[in-house]
Amino acid sequence: MKFTLKVWRQKNAKDTGQFETYNISEVENEMSFLEMMDVLNQQLIKEKKDPVAFDHDCREGICGMCSMVINGHPHGHQKATTTCQLHMRSFKDGDTIVIEPWRAKAFPILRDLAVDRSALDNIIQAGGYVSVNTGSAPEANAVPVPQDMAEKAMDAAECIGCGACVAACKNSSAMLFLSAKVSHLALLPQGQPERKKRVISMMKAHDEAGFGSCTNTGACEAYCPKGISITNIARLNREFLSAALTSEYEL
Amino acid sequence: MKLDSKIPAGRLEEKWENYRSKCKLVSPANKRRIDVIVVGSGLAGASAAATLGELGYNVKCFCFQDSPRRAHSIAAQGGINAAKNYQNDGDSIYRLFYDTLKGGDYRSREANVHRLAEASVQIIDQCVAQGVPFAREYGGLLANRSFGGVQVSRTFYARGQTGQQLLLGAYSALSRQIASGSVKMYNRHEMLDVVLIDGKARGIIARNLITGELERHGAHAVVLATGGYSNVFFLSTNAMGSNVTAAWKVHRKGAFFANPCFTQIHPTCIPVTGGYQSKLTLMSESLRNDGRVWVPKKKEDRLKPPHQIPEEDRDYYLERMYPAFGNLVPRDIASRAAKVVCDEGRGVVKSGYAVYLDFSDAIKRLGKSVIASRYGNLFDMYQRIADDNPYETPMKIFPAVHYTMGGLWVDYDLSTNIPGLYAIGEANFSDHGANRLGASALMQGLADGYFVLPVTIAQFLADEIRTPPINTEHEAFKEAESQVGQQLDRLLNIKGNKSVDDYHMALGKIMWDKCGMARNKQGLIQARKEIQALRNEFWQNVYVPGTQNEFNPELEKAGRVADYLELGELMVIDALNREESCGGHFREEFTDNGEALRDDENFNFVSAWEFTGTGNDPILNKEALVYENIKPSTRSYK
Ligand SMILES: Cc1cc2nc3c(=O)[nH]c(=O)nc-3n(C[C@H](O)[C@H](O)[C@H](O)COP(=O)(O)OP(=O)(O)OC[C@H]3O[C@@H](n4cnc5c(N)ncnc54)[C@H](O)[C@@H]3O)c2cc1C
Ligand code: SF4
Ligand code: FES
Repeated sequence: MKFTLKVWRQKNAKDTGQFETYNISEVENEMSFLEMMDVLNQQLIKEKKDPVAFDHDCREGICGMCSMVINGHPHGHQKATTTCQLHMRSFKDGDTIVIEPWRAKAFPILRDLAVDRSALDNIIQAGGYVSVNTGSAPEANAVPVPQDMAEKAMDAAECIGCGACVAACKNSSAMLFLSAKVSHLALLPQGQPERKKRVISMMKAHDEAGFGSCTNTGACEAYCPKGISITNIARLNREFLSAALTSEYEL
Repeated sequence: MKLDSKIPAGRLEEKWENYRSKCKLVSPANKRRIDVIVVGSGLAGASAAATLGELGYNVKCFCFQDSPRRAHSIAAQGGINAAKNYQNDGDSIYRLFYDTLKGGDYRSREANVHRLAEASVQIIDQCVAQGVPFAREYGGLLANRSFGGVQVSRTFYARGQTGQQLLLGAYSALSRQIASGSVKMYNRHEMLDVVLIDGKARGIIARNLITGELERHGAHAVVLATGGYSNVFFLSTNAMGSNVTAAWKVHRKGAFFANPCFTQIHPTCIPVTGGYQSKLTLMSESLRNDGRVWVPKKKEDRLKPPHQIPEEDRDYYLERMYPAFGNLVPRDIASRAAKVVCDEGRGVVKSGYAVYLDFSDAIKRLGKSVIASRYGNLFDMYQRIADDNPYETPMKIFPAVHYTMGGLWVDYDLSTNIPGLYAIGEANFSDHGANRLGASALMQGLADGYFVLPVTIAQFLADEIRTPPINTEHEAFKEAESQVGQQLDRLLNIKGNKSVDDYHMALGKIMWDKCGMARNKQGLIQARKEIQALRNEFWQNVYVPGTQNEFNPELEKAGRVADYLELGELMVIDALNREESCGGHFREEFTDNGEALRDDENFNFVSAWEFTGTGNDPILNKEALVYENIKPSTRSYK
């Protein structure tokens, strides 16, 4: 297979950046998208040019590191798939493919396709945990958790923190990400003691990090590689409202 | 040098309890004045950093990814073992200890493994309290599944994403400490050397991977939780960035490297399809609970569509060879058996290197929906990569490099032979002997990080309470920093004609062909020569683009491959030296009817290698393994 690639190149955060066009042949059907990028980089290295910087690690769709906007779609056109799990067999020979980084105010570009997503960590640090020190936990089966609750919590906990929801949202909101963590812990008995405090402080951190607000367009859900449901955002809003109405914590 | 493993005296079941009751402590007021560096934020590193922070130490934690949550532990699929005996099937701490020791082919320490089994129980409690959504039964209690090499059901799991959920638990604990100020997190930082002052580990040199700047970080003690070195084989199931650099740099500064040749080849991975391939994908071992492994009996059937091969023409070779454990034999045995049938010419893909993992019986027995609920995400992953539907056609699988049992030598305290330098998780050599059983790496990483290291490190730190903060203007820091800078310059200035990947692939091929699933003397001698030649060529002809002071992933890779080119040689030397077959180390000369032939008389020891200069013969230090409670026997899974 052969492709024309238009790739966003940007030397560092200060550089303005621009698209560069590359032609690439010798792409095989079975290659993953990132393996195709490896081929491009090997080609650039052989020409003594700078390879394209991009984030990736597990290449199994679980670490959340890979992050490319492909032809306008975060993680590409295939549903519920990370960039690293997208395969070239889903493109047509001869296609032109446009590759860009996540674009959002809260995610400054570091180089080429790699962005800084530490704002997502900041949200978790604001309360995405249960305050339980090592060694102080009760016996694991002491508190049964209804199976359907555990399953629902797991559905939300599958979020890989990639930030595609932010990249897909016209407001650059991280509400899907935030709602996944809030839901995961709100659904479990272990998450109850800090339930109100958590949602209030995480919401605050979300807004302070420069993420926009949610206007329910649903783009996040459509592009989430882990199928995190937008109903989590509805739950987040309920959690927030009820916490705000009943809690003594400051907003 | 005489190696002291510092195993406490007393009865096996009481050693750890006694140790904890009598060991030194550091008072809360003093903890505040003590700095600890933790390199790594996987299960081992994140759990250690969080726990040390909770205890009141000042912690600095480093990882090379953009967030601690992305450490390679995130990719673990199948589960974590614990001796809870919730299934009432006869499990106990002793049985977990015994299975792990036997699974490791009697090449690990009794006391360490027993401590691990004890801690396993607490790990599950801790994780559940953090909100890890483990699978549950209808009644709301925790569910279990079986893993290879054991006859009880003791594996806890969260769908096929157990590592993810455990790591997110540890990451949440870490995040809480970061928010409280007790842990400072350094993402996108790579440790490139350790700094020793008066023989003690007192800090590290790290490169900020965004700006390229070298930074000095001082601390009273340094903990490495930097994972395994499977990527020395180029193709493995590990994440692309997994590396040996941190461990190798401390080895070069005097820390012993133990049992480097003990590597694990996992039996169920998606086979290699082409030369462009960048990594291999694991299909969790839990699949062997319900999947049956087979190849055609007749060579000429090997490329026939599987449903056209009638039952009587199929060879369910694991069930045939190992009736007691069947498809659930340990990994080393399952991998080798796959190699044998493929070497006989019965492999089921064109290249000849694949066998079937077939779910049709299980689907008939349990229904598709049960199978989907157990393995749905794995089946999806398979379909995405292989473009084939495993509900209808059997999966094609083949062994791939997966885990490294070898690593930095540590004593019972998890201390390396350099005072103040600790190694935990996959980075150390400790608990899995010559073969790791499934679902035990997560257990070990979390045992080390949550429950062991935070206790044992106090033995060292209790004597450091009068040591002021480490001054990073010390000569030792300057020198280490300048050496790191020089190596980076050197790599950038070669400006040769081949890419880093070219060398990495070439090294991987040597390692896989000659130091992989089966090894022999002649091949290993040859491999050593080839690696030396490849290394020399690398330092003359590699091309690393860009500069030092920028975001430069190729430069990062170059440094890692440079270290792999040294480690590979040590692995070969170790494999050559160990003239026996045990666990994942299979020497073709030492076999009995095709099965591994261990030699307890001559090789019942840990090989702890001492660095003497690149390309020189390293010095072998032996730690004898003493079995007081279990009598090593020939492992039998028949
Ligand atoms: C696909 C797959 C599936 C698995 N499934 C299971 C399973 O089901 N059950 C099980 O028990 N085990 C499983 N394992 C094994 C297990 O996941 C690993 O052994 C374990 O997670 C290792 O944890 P760790 O904390 O030691 O290291 P890692 O998770 O590898 O973490 C290493 C950390 O060190 C950091 N680091 C490394 N080098 C440097 C450096 N130079 N400078 C700064 N930071 C550095 C990294 O950033 C990272 O944070 C699996 C492994 C794989 C590959
Ligand atoms: S919610 Fe989905 S898109 Fe957003 S960070 Fe999580 S996995 Fe990525
Ligand atoms: S590289 Fe890990 S999710 Fe894509």
